[in-house]
Amino acid sequence: MQKPIIKLRGVCKLFGQFQALYDVSFDVKLGERVVVCGPSGSGKSTMIRCINRLEEHDSGEITVDGIELTEDMENILSVRREVGMVFQQFNLFPHLTVLENLVLAPMRARKLSRTEAEKTAMEYLERVRIPDQASKYPAQLSGGQQQRVAIARSLCMKPKIMLFDEPTSALDPEMIKEVLDVMIELARDGMTMIVVTHEMGFAKTVADTMVFMDHGRIVEVAPPSTFFTSPKSDRTQLFLSQILSH
Amino acid sequence: MPKVLRKYWRLSQRSRTFATIQYLLFMGILVWTVVHGANQMGYQWQWYNIPDLFVKEFRGEYYVGRLTKGLWVTLQLTFWCVGLTLLVGLITALLRMSNSISGKALATGYLEVVRNTPLLVQLYLFYFVFSPILGIDRFWTGVVCLTFYEGSFVAEIIRSGIQSVDRGQWEAGDAVGLKKGDIYRYIVIPQAIPIMLPPLTGQIINLVKHSAIVSVIAVADLTTEGRNVIADTFMSFEVWFTVAGIYLAITLSLSIFVHWLERRAAFSR
Repeated sequence: MQKPIIKLRGVCKLFGQFQALYDVSFDVKLGERVVVCGPSGSGKSTMIRCINRLEEHDSGEITVDGIELTEDMENILSVRREVGMVFQQFNLFPHLTVLENLVLAPMRARKLSRTEAEKTAMEYLERVRIPDQASKYPAQLSGGQQQRVAIARSLCMKPKIMLFDEPTSALDPEMIKEVLDVMIELARDGMTMIVVTHEMGFAKTVADTMVFMDHGRIVEVAPPSTFFTSPKSDRTQLFLSQILSH
Repeated sequence: MPKVLRKYWRLSQRSRTFATIQYLLFMGILVWTVVHGANQMGYQWQWYNIPDLFVKEFRGEYYVGRLTKGLWVTLQLTFWCVGLTLLVGLITALLRMSNSISGKALATGYLEVVRNTPLLVQLYLFYFVFSPILGIDRFWTGVVCLTFYEGSFVAEIIRSGIQSVDRGQWEAGDAVGLKKGDIYRYIVIPQAIPIMLPPLTGQIINLVKHSAIVSVIAVADLTTEGRNVIADTFMSFEVWFTVAGIYLAITLSLSIFVHWLERRAAFSR
């Protein structure tokens, strides 16, 4: 049995009075593709934001690649270098060109030289199919292109794990496909991925494991074959019937 | 071009003539009041003596006039104050935003004390109490006092500029594993500077104007020199008009410069 690369044990998170995560325990193995779904406010985003410590969990235990997330800043930084993240709103650096967006972290956090960093950056821009946009500023690109730049930016740190926080929710419909295509390719290359998304077609294509969350709890974990055809919990059934009905 | 002028050129021929006449009439009344009042007092205008206060020619040699000397001191004062003010403001802003309780308390205490006491009283405190203790001369007393006064405003400008940068930028920096210092340096500060530039200019212009206050501790700045000249020559009307004009020239060129800088920054994007 392979050891999990991400391990959550009894994780709780409070925002003031609101309990965003309630006793969440969950494992992800190396190379596993996990798709997390659930209604809004169910704690999906909070859960993956805890994995790279954008949110601090209040109790429980999170271990990523053998490193436990604690107050220790060095631990947090080394976890963040292993874990890439793609945001709903892209969060590209608007004052830097695409290429500069990609080389900043490798140069500052991985101490690569500019030539090395630019070489890697161009490779990943090829992979997300926009090498010709390297010298433009983010505002000059379409939403889909921006999100692909954001994916490339994360990949430039050569992470072992990629987190996607609703990567297509802020995109116009015709741009969703180009982003999903890039993600599918990434999944085929064996990247460990946790994706929060409502794109069920994508989930069926790439997911090894489906996770359904509601009210801060993990309600159901199942492979897509059983998840979509015969979900155990009523809550999951209801949710699926609502989003798959049209 | 200022907005008023642009609006002026958009007027119809008739209203433009009307506006011009209105404006000239008002200015005429203003000038007439001053000139007439001065004549009533029997004031002797001596504008011809003013150029000597900048550069004086004596037996074929040129000497620096007193207003020029004063202007030079004011410029030096401004130069040091601007640099130190930005430094104090940045440090205070970072302390206020830090997680350190003592740092926050220190910064907040400084801001509250400095912003809620009169500048003149602060200057007296520095001049009569701190500078003898520290053994610094009156010029540096003026610099230090003005720096702490303006620094408190600059700190708030810098803080609000930094906080106006989208939270997602911090998260993106965190997510790729950058250290806090790098996030500030490469991501947040470069985006905050264009936002901070206009209010910072306003503050530097204030600094130039407030610098006149050092004349009360006899630093030989533009205002002090003006006063000295008047004590010798009794040309109070001409000298105060000239001194005010010089301050105006400094502040206006500053704001024009920053305007140009802003436009250039906007265009490079």
